[in-house]
Amino acid sequence: MSRFYEDIEPGHKIELGSHKFTRDEIIRFAERFDPQPFHLDEEAAKASLFGGLCASGWHTACIWMRLMVQHEQRLREELVTSGQPAFGYGVSPGFRDLAWPIPVYVGDVITYTIEYLEKRALRSRPGWGLLLHYDEGVNQNGEVVMSMTTNLFVARRED
Amino acid sequence: MPETLYWEDIEVGKTIALGEKRVEKDEIIAFAQEFDPQPFHLDAQAAKGTMIGELIASGWHTNVMLMRMLFDSLLKDSASLGSGGLEEVKWLEAVRPGDVIRGTYTCLESRTSKSRPGIGICRVVCEVINQDDQLVMSCRLSQFFRRRTPDDRQ
Repeated sequence: MSRFYEDIEPGHKIELGSHKFTRDEIIRFAERFDPQPFHLDEEAAKASLFGGLCASGWHTACIWMRLMVQHEQRLREELVTSGQPAFGYGVSPGFRDLAWPIPVYVGDVITYTIEYLEKRALRSRPGWGLLLHYDEGVNQNGEVVMSMTTNLFVARRED
Repeated sequence: MPETLYWEDIEVGKTIALGEKRVEKDEIIAFAQEFDPQPFHLDAQAAKGTMIGELIASGWHTNVMLMRMLFDSLLKDSASLGSGGLEEVKWLEAVRPGDVIRGTYTCLESRTSKSRPGIGICRVVCEVINQDDQLVMSCRLSQFFRRRTPDDRQ
């Protein structure tokens, strides 16, 4: 389905895709942005609350962002291919209740979803609406490793 | 060896300055290519005609730049045990190439863990401010630290 404001149905849930967190990738992200010992070093991680080397929560969330953009890219391509106008990308004013209930360990495969919660038109921004969505990452054992509730500007059809 | 910062050392109500960082165009683009490849984070030309109209940093990039400033200025020599999440993140102003951002860290509340006697929890507000003193991002989070002396303060 396309993703103009008018097409969005609250309650609709979408699987964005999965990502396997490798040791090298966890360490590379941590070296750049979050070099706490439990994201960098196996021994230090064993002695930490986490009990083993685990991804920065920011890393878990940034992969959600990437899969979300790739999902939007696919929707845009489908529209363009079928000769319809594509929606413009909107920015986000922020999110709330970002939780990392359990760590993402080396080798974990996280499957990400979004669920549309509610939408409203914006008088202050003609051409745009605001969409609230619930986002989740679940590991290979069915455990939630990340959740948050995000606001996103979505384009309206111009007719 | 620098002295380790424990839970007891984080004072409620005191604001700690975090870093200062110049945000380069190349790093905005490199971050976006990897994590947030939308046109207004990738290319100034492609950004024209979008909602934003210019090249700006991904909000997630701002988040992790704050994380890095927090690490370098505070957590590096601390007994930090990580965070369980954030109550809220607001992206209030765009971060543009060449901006110089800095952070602040203010502990709002501090308490000990009921279930884990060696651990204290700080509820914190962090802000990111640009060279024009505009607030570009703010967030509230909880952080866990080891306690220096687990039993002298409940």
